[in-house]
Amino acid sequence: MIKARVTVTLKNGVLDPQGKAIEGALGSLGFDGVGQVRQGKVFDLELETADRAKAEADLKAMCEKLLANTVIENYTIALA
Amino acid sequence: MKSAVVQLPGLNRDRDMIAALTKICGHAPVTVWQTETELPDVDLIVIPGGFSYGDYLRCGAIAARMPVMQAIKAKAEAGVKVLGVCNGFQILLEAGLLPGALMRNASLKFVCREIRLEVVNAETAFTRAYEKGQIIRCPVAHHDGNYFADAETLAAIEGNGQVVFRYAEGTNPNGSINDIAGVINASGNVLGLMPHPENLIEAAHGGTDGRGLFASALDVIAA
Repeated sequence: MIKARVTVTLKNGVLDPQGKAIEGALGSLGFDGVGQVRQGKVFDLELETADRAKAEADLKAMCEKLLANTVIENYTIALA
Repeated sequence: MKSAVVQLPGLNRDRDMIAALTKICGHAPVTVWQTETELPDVDLIVIPGGFSYGDYLRCGAIAARMPVMQAIKAKAEAGVKVLGVCNGFQILLEAGLLPGALMRNASLKFVCREIRLEVVNAETAFTRAYEKGQIIRCPVAHHDGNYFADAETLAAIEGNGQVVFRYAEGTNPNGSINDIAGVINASGNVLGLMPHPENLIEAAHGGTDGRGLFASALDVIAA
């Protein structure tokens, strides 16, 4: 079995109102000096294969087809 | 003209849509469940609003991958009119039938109120009953209606007349880029919009401004 982590983040230039709200909340908690905050999603997946190349190809297809909306989001794939 | 309304778990505006279509063309639309792969022979397919699959992952993302969407894609390619309202618009974008994406409202708040819409393109199969530049009333109710497209896509849809509805000045409820409220595909037979014209079609609704969209799409424009 291969464990993988997919991280999905908003592309540069795409407005992130949730990140902005988090940024504001951090400021109000007294954390000074926090610059821009951008939020995203993390998916932890277990794949029933030992073939790392296949796992990577499958994960890429999963990102393109469902996990990320590539109009507004980027993704990165990391195998454990 | 015959129409169909798509039903998916979590959609909750289907009854409003069925009522609107029935009142405007005199007979009820057929309903289509998400697992169906063969669609009836209709002139208009409508994906109504709601919260399909609980808005999990992204609004419309799971619904867009259901079998019925492949069938709708094939029908759209064959020229059948497809209309998506609210969650239906989100589903059409996620399915790649329309350009761009809808994101969380800039205010981060759910907005449920009446706005004003400018009919930017009155030459589409969905807006023939209106006049270019006409301002109509329309309710909105959504959390993720903030339309976004990259600069290249935006220039293309603005240049092609694919921006069909804009929030009229001062009424943009969600931060949409260029005040975009509704977009049509390049072939002119797939329209998505965030506002709910089906909720403003008879006197009891307090107005009939939404009627023109269905009258256009169903070809029942009064002479």
